[in-house]
Amino acid sequence: MSTPIRVDLQLIADMVEPGTRALDVGCGDGSLLAYLMNFKRVDARGMELSQAGVNACVANGLSVIQGDADTDLRDYPDDAFDYVILSQTLQATREPRQVLEQMLRVGKHAIVSFPNFAHWQVRLRLVFGGRMPETTSLPYKWYDTPNIHLCSIDDFRALCRTMGVRIERAIVLNNKSRRITLPPLLANLIGEQAVFMLRRD
Amino acid sequence: MLNDLTDAERKALAQCRHAVLGADRPLRLDCGVDLGPYRVAYQTYGELNADRSNAVLICHALTGDQFVADRNPVTGKPGWWESIVGPGKILDPARYFIICTNVLGGCLGTTGPLDTDPKAGQPWNLRFPVVTIGDMVRAQVALIDHLGIPDLFCVIGGSMGGMQVLEWTASHPKRVFSAVPIACAARHSAQNIAFHEVGRQAIMADPEWKGGDYRLHQTMPSRGLAVARMTAHITYLSEQALQRKFGRALQDRNALGFGFDADFQVESYLRYQGSTFVDRFDANSYLYITRAMDYFDLAGAHGGVLANAFKGSATRFCLMSFTSDWLFPTRESRAVVHALNAAAANVSFVEVDSDKGHDAFLLDEPEMFRTLSGFLKGAASVRGLGGLS
Repeated sequence: MSTPIRVDLQLIADMVEPGTRALDVGCGDGSLLAYLMNFKRVDARGMELSQAGVNACVANGLSVIQGDADTDLRDYPDDAFDYVILSQTLQATREPRQVLEQMLRVGKHAIVSFPNFAHWQVRLRLVFGGRMPETTSLPYKWYDTPNIHLCSIDDFRALCRTMGVRIERAIVLNNKSRRITLPPLLANLIGEQAVFMLRRD
Repeated sequence: MLNDLTDAERKALAQCRHAVLGADRPLRLDCGVDLGPYRVAYQTYGELNADRSNAVLICHALTGDQFVADRNPVTGKPGWWESIVGPGKILDPARYFIICTNVLGGCLGTTGPLDTDPKAGQPWNLRFPVVTIGDMVRAQVALIDHLGIPDLFCVIGGSMGGMQVLEWTASHPKRVFSAVPIACAARHSAQNIAFHEVGRQAIMADPEWKGGDYRLHQTMPSRGLAVARMTAHITYLSEQALQRKFGRALQDRNALGFGFDADFQVESYLRYQGSTFVDRFDANSYLYITRAMDYFDLAGAHGGVLANAFKGSATRFCLMSFTSDWLFPTRESRAVVHALNAAAANVSFVEVDSDKGHDAFLLDEPEMFRTLSGFLKGAASVRGLGGLS
C-alpha cells in the first residue's frame, strides 16, 4: 500500500478532498482508487474498459464495473459524485467534448490529465523528422495508437472556454514529470502532460 | 406441523434446524392469501458474533436446498457450494454466521405444496397458494427476525438465489450490507418462461400426476418430472460444453442402433440426470418454484423503472455473470448494473470467462472465487469485521 503511484495520479489524488465521493473513469489497475480509499477515505468507484482490469480491481476489493467513458457515463444521475476523474484517457475517447460534458454533469468537479501534443519533442519530430511523433507519453505507432483525439494544452483551454467551463486548477509537468510554472505560451511548449480541475460555471 | 411429512422432508428436518413462524402474524403473500403458521427449514454454519454483524444469508437456486456445505441427507452427496463455504474457504464458518433456508414452496422441510393445509386437513398439493420470489424473501426476513439478526453482512446467491438477493436489496435495503447476485436477472425473460412452461407441461401431461394429487393416489409423475429436468438441464450447460463432453459419441455400442434407445452418450447422460432428479425433488414443488421465477420482475414492481428499486441504496453490490451462460446472459446482469449506476449505488461487476454455461456458478471457477474473496474482504473491512486482514 505504500508503493508510490504515478506522478500524475499523485497530483490528481492531491486535488481530491478527503471523505468525498469520486468516480475514476478508465481506472486501469485501480492504483488511484486504492490510494483515494486508503489515504483519503474517499468513497471511490471505478469504470474500466478492459474486463481483465475490472476483474483484477474487484479481486482487490475495489468497486469497479466494466464500462466505456463514451457511452456509460450517461447512466449516472446529476451530481452523483464530488469528482469525476479521467486520467490519460480523454485523447482515446470518440467524443471528448461529450465525455467532458457528462463528467461535469455527473460530478461537481472534473479532473482530467492528458499528454500535450504541442510539447517541443512532438513538434521537432513532426517538423524535422517528418514522422508521426513517438515520445515517452505517446509511445505508439500511428497505426496502432488508441489516441484518436490528441490535443495541446492550449487546445484544451480553448475547448473549456467554448464550453463555458471554469478551470479551477491547471498543473503542467515537464518530461521528467516535474511540475513547471511558466506563462501559457511556454507551458504549451515545455509541458509534456497537464492535469486540469474543472467545474461548471 | 410435523405430521404427514414425506420421507425426504423427515430426513432433511432431522439434519437441519427449523422454525415454525407466523402463528400470530401470518405471511401476507403477493397473491393475497395469508399463510400461517408456516415452517422454515434452514441450515447454519458458524456462530453469530457479539455485534450480530457477521451473518451471511445464502439463497439457493431452483432445485437447490439448505445443505450448502454438508452431506445432503436425501442424496448423500456433498453440499452444493462446498467450494465456497467451509473451513478455510471464502465463506468460512470461523468468521461468518452462515444461514441457508429451504425456500417457501420447497420440498425439503419448508412449507410447500407437499404439506398439510391445516384448515382442510389434507395435503395442499395444487391448492397451495402460488408464491413469488418476494414471498420467499418475506419468509427469510421472518426467520432473520426470529433469530434476532438486525441486518445481514451479505446476501448471496446464484440463479434464482440471485433473484432473491436482488429482492432483498430492493425491499429491505437497510438490512443488507453487501449483496452478491450471481448469474441472474431482474426479470425472467420470455425464453426462460418458455422453457419453464415446457417443464411444467411435461409434469402435468404425465397421467400419474393426477391433477397434483399423486400422493393421494399413491402414484408418482416421475416421467414428467424427469423430462422437465432434462429440458432444464440443457439450459444450464453451454453448447460448447455439451459438444466437448459428448460430441456424437455413442453409448455402450459401436454402431447406431436404428431404434430409440439412448444411442448417444448425451441422451444417456440426460436420462440419468432426469432419473436421479425424481428421487430428490417433488413435482408440485417444481411447478410452484418455476412459477415464482417466471413472475419475478423487479422493474415491474417499481413503476417499470429498475433504478427505482435501488433508489438511495447504501448496499455494496457485486454482480457476476459468465460468458457462456445463455439462460441468464451477461446483458441481464449489465441491465442491473446500469440501474444501480442510475441510483448511484456502490457496484462492482465482473464477467467471468467460462465455457461451462449457467452451471458455472456452482463449479470450480477461480476467477469467480478471486472476485468474491476480494469483494468480501473489502466489504468486511468497511463493516469492521475483525480477523480479515
